Amino acid sequence: MVHGEAWTLKELFVYPNEYIYWTIQIVMYPFMTGLVAGAFVLSSLYHVFGIKQLKDIARFSLVFSFALLPVAMIPLQLHLQHPERGIEVMLTPHFTSAIAAFGIAFSTYGMIVASELWFVYRRHFVETALALRAKPDKSPLERFRYLLFSTLTLGAWDISAHALEKDEKAVKIMATVGIPVACLLHGYAGFIFGSVKANALWTTPLMPFIFICSAVVSGIALCMLVYMVTMEIRKLMAGWKRKQDPSLPSPEAIKSMEMYEITMTSRYLVYALIAALGLELLDLLFRDYAKFQSWEIVRSVIFGQDFVNIFIVQYGLGNLVPLTLFLLPRITAKRAAVATILVLMGVFMMRWNLVIGGQAFSASFAGFMHYELPIIPHDIETFKEGLIGAILVGITPFVFFWGLNKIFPVFKYDDSH
Amino acid sequence: MNRRDFLKNSITVIAGLAVPLSALELINPRKLLAEKPDGSRVRWAFLVDTQACVGCGFCVKACKTENEIPHETNITRTWVERYVVTKKGKTYVDSPKGARDGFTTDRIDLNEEGLQEINKDDVEKAFFVPKLCNQCENPACVQVCPVGATYQTPDGVVLVDRKHCIGCAYCIMACPYAVRSFHPEYKTAEKCTFCYHRITKGMKTACVDACPFGARKIGNLRDPDDPVTKTIMSGRIGVLKEQYGTKPQVYYIGLSKEVK
Amino acid sequence: MGSHVWRPLYIAVALIVLVLIARTFLVPEDFGVHERGYMYGMHRKGNENEWKAVTVKYRTASYCKECHADKVESLSRTPHGIINCENCHGPALNHPDDPPTLTIDRSRALCLRCHAALTTPTSGRANIVGINPDTHNPGAECSLCHDPHNPISRSHSDEQARLSQK
Repeated sequence: MVHGEAWTLKELFVYPNEYIYWTIQIVMYPFMTGLVAGAFVLSSLYHVFGIKQLKDIARFSLVFSFALLPVAMIPLQLHLQHPERGIEVMLTPHFTSAIAAFGIAFSTYGMIVASELWFVYRRHFVETALALRAKPDKSPLERFRYLLFSTLTLGAWDISAHALEKDEKAVKIMATVGIPVACLLHGYAGFIFGSVKANALWTTPLMPFIFICSAVVSGIALCMLVYMVTMEIRKLMAGWKRKQDPSLPSPEAIKSMEMYEITMTSRYLVYALIAALGLELLDLLFRDYAKFQSWEIVRSVIFGQDFVNIFIVQYGLGNLVPLTLFLLPRITAKRAAVATILVLMGVFMMRWNLVIGGQAFSASFAGFMHYELPIIPHDIETFKEGLIGAILVGITPFVFFWGLNKIFPVFKYDDSH
Repeated sequence: MNRRDFLKNSITVIAGLAVPLSALELINPRKLLAEKPDGSRVRWAFLVDTQACVGCGFCVKACKTENEIPHETNITRTWVERYVVTKKGKTYVDSPKGARDGFTTDRIDLNEEGLQEINKDDVEKAFFVPKLCNQCENPACVQVCPVGATYQTPDGVVLVDRKHCIGCAYCIMACPYAVRSFHPEYKTAEKCTFCYHRITKGMKTACVDACPFGARKIGNLRDPDDPVTKTIMSGRIGVLKEQYGTKPQVYYIGLSKEVK
Repeated sequence: MGSHVWRPLYIAVALIVLVLIARTFLVPEDFGVHERGYMYGMHRKGNENEWKAVTVKYRTASYCKECHADKVESLSRTPHGIINCENCHGPALNHPDDPPTLTIDRSRALCLRCHAALTTPTSGRANIVGINPDTHNPGAECSLCHDPHNPISRSHSDEQARLSQK
């Protein structure tokens, strides 16, 4: 069996070599990169534009963005037929390809996020390492932690007010530089699709901008959602701990702070959502008006076999319903949570409709292809590029976040920035 | 000239300069015919006579054997399409298994839609069109390869390095002609090489040799005495999907507007 | 800015240097930009020779002629003379050394490639004698009655007469 045959159904005339070659992992890939870029932009809103109200969620989204970073690469590796050669994108990049820019954009972005994190948490590293050094008989775990944190300081032990001021300045610079790089990282993901002139659905210069806007939407939505969930847990823990230590903040105090952040953040989400929706509708309107040779078949896919996916699930449930939920007065945490889940689903469906929808018709414009997502894997291919592979990719960032939280404490740490 | 006109004119001139003259030319085999500074005296081109093709599929079978594509694999470097146009103007197209076993029935293979019976008296015209890699002068597939695993040789053939290809399928997506696929064994991008091992030894491609009807011919565009070049230069020929700007180098005699 | 803020940059530079060093070891020497320029000509030069080295399987009639001159010559005088020997006899490779004998495809399916009657009025197929495979002696091997090397003088003259009347 050739690659793609397991999940492709052909209808009418399809060229013999045509199969759905880009599958669920290529849906996951822009979805995950979008979350990375969006989360970073959210954290930068606080650091660069000094939107103080976002302080709490900003540090959280920065760490989360870092946790998402390696995950943006995993779907690509799972998609490659030769993952062991993936490193060649870095070794022999061919820059006329949008994918070759990945190596550069991704590592630049990774280094920016890493150094921003370093500047934010350097004081924590130094303090933790010093505290551990002072401790007399260390357990093996403590010895390991001491080593880890000493290494993480990179030898910069100075935490005088003057040095910390420099850190703060550096954070601001990194956050500023990071915004265009995050947009570049995701804009180029849009360009990967937008530049394929052979694909009638993908080819549009608007694609990078559509991708950036929907990335910001999904990034903010995920950060809000995870933030709300963690706050919920904190509220429970606070109620329980306050019985022993009444000086801790009450659940009510946490809640009011939480609502404040959510109201602020949802405003930015709404702006980005409107921009993304506007661009997508503009693209659709233009195609309908221009009536290119390909429009007949593209239209039959958009308004025919993919109608429910595009107009009901993506635009309706994924965009308009959450927009209404956010815009209605007196937002509550529950309503915001429902809206963010819908937004995330909507952005995921947008990627799905683009990647799978773009391959739903033959390049001959005379036939269709249907994608059958492999649910129960029966070989490595249907595992990697099936439901299980996609779920694994979806879970990984949370596992990473849990690990990173041990090094970069998101909530307990009271930084100076 | 007021300032507004000046700015307007300058923008026009700058925009004009940004377009290299060569981009304004249509596909011009004469230009490829001229020897290029790169010194190559060969530029391979292919000529397909759709009038002569009978849909026997010997070319497909020979190609699979010659180029070590497992016979049972549902990919192929070359294939033959059948077009049946009815008197009412409806077009039916099929290519069962890429016409590996030829066409032996009037029923049209519509894949999931099953076999379509067409009344003989309704057929206005019906003909066969062989397809293979167009070895484009501007190959979109090469442009998008992120690692330099696919490339154009000095004599104009696009090849894939099986030791370097990472298998991202970007080239498959970028080809408007859908000639690329994945090799079931090597798991790398697979495509027609114009039988590079044959043409560089003075032989013809396996499909050309297998065709009993002379529907397929290969020639050197830089040799003005080559009969293929002569037909391309003087005959009424067409190419596939010119609008993508890839400058395909497989020329067709008797192309019809129905051909996809 | 003082010294410590540059430390992440040192690490970044070290990583870039590491990639560049790895590159010199991992990238083959003949990999680079060749004749067709950066956009179309970036590749490992040695790969061209790998493609040139693929084994030729179909050696064409001129190779068959070296030993079977009589057969090639007599076939060339019949309507089937346009068909390459190897289309039915299989690829010659290094025959007679390897393989010593060729597997001849005598199947009905082979003949039907051209001789199944199709409604294709505007193609070369319309000029070929065709039969309906479902009604014309289904299941029988064509060579029982027809000689593929001399399709005109058939062994069954009545069959020939019937077809010529058409």
